Amino acid sequence: MNERQIQLEVLRYNPETDDEPRFQTYSVPCPDEWVVLDALNYVKDNLDTTLSYRWSCHMAVCGSCGMMINGEPTLSCKAFLRDYPDHIRVEPLAHFPIERDLVTVIDDFMGKLSRAKPYLIPKEEKAIEEGEYRQSPAELKRFKQYTLCINCMLCYAACPQYGLVPAFIGPAAITLAHRYNIDSRDGGRDQRQQVIATNEGVWECSFVGACSEVCPKHVDPAAALQQVKIASTVDWYKEHLMPWGGKS
Amino acid sequence: MSRKPYVREIPKGSWYLRQGRYMRYMGREVTSLFVGAYALFLLLALKRLSEGQAAYEAFLEGLSSPLGVLFQIITLLFVLYHTTSWFNLTPKAMPVQRGEEFLPGGVIVGAHYAGWVLLSLVVLFLAGVF
Repeated sequence: MNERQIQLEVLRYNPETDDEPRFQTYSVPCPDEWVVLDALNYVKDNLDTTLSYRWSCHMAVCGSCGMMINGEPTLSCKAFLRDYPDHIRVEPLAHFPIERDLVTVIDDFMGKLSRAKPYLIPKEEKAIEEGEYRQSPAELKRFKQYTLCINCMLCYAACPQYGLVPAFIGPAAITLAHRYNIDSRDGGRDQRQQVIATNEGVWECSFVGACSEVCPKHVDPAAALQQVKIASTVDWYKEHLMPWGGKS
Repeated sequence: MSRKPYVREIPKGSWYLRQGRYMRYMGREVTSLFVGAYALFLLLALKRLSEGQAAYEAFLEGLSSPLGVLFQIITLLFVLYHTTSWFNLTPKAMPVQRGEEFLPGGVIVGAHYAGWVLLSLVVLFLAGVF
């Protein structure tokens, strides 16, 4: 049996009693199969019932347990204790206001996500009895990678641009807009471009690349954003250099 | 229950010291100044050329000074760094799909290197090296 104990240093903040966050350290066991989320659950169940954090699936699907683990945006359900030193520092996701302990305020992201219209806006509306919107495997493959986003916001916590310029629409929302823009069934690109091809949209991105490095689902938001930049630049040249604004 | 979210400020002047990846990013940003400076430098060379032989030869002499040589060596290294780091990212920015599959990244990167070599040979040919 593994007797190793981990010192779990957790950022605590109680809005009712605290003026600012403080660290609190808990000593927790370290079985081989435990992840940081298990350690937090151990604290909550055995040491301190007041600890607040979000989690749901425990299998890197729901995207709710993202936090800074030793300074790195990570899903706590994917962070095995055995891969860390004996002292682990856990903080709420960077660049988001702290609601309580490890729970952040995510309203800003939710608003941006909805502005990016991350849903199918069909090219041609069809009645249900006319059947489904069909798509070939090649057309699906074109955007499949971007559908894997679980809205965990690790990319926002990694992105220094988002930290410095909070108005930046950010990696995940722009990536999801791109996912629908390149979907063969979709006709909503003009609407999304008004949101993402702006100074606060993709042009705020300076290609740090941190979003793709921390993405737990290998969505590669940095790649999507560079593709949006190229497509938006082509739009600009068409509009300014081609007769009739390049519209056929 | 009242809400009182706590906002952690980003240290404006030192945020990039927090992580290695931010430092690498700032490295790319700072070295790009040299690439921009070299573009201005080439424009200056054209201006000197248009001013006649004496002006251009004085300019070339300035280039051979230790400071001129140092500037060119540093800039060459930074330009090479930016060229290779950009070429290596091109498969992300410009993926090419053939049927269901995407072209392997190596092919896209390789095509950029091949284009680079070809253009360099053309420049050397025009300069009368061959």
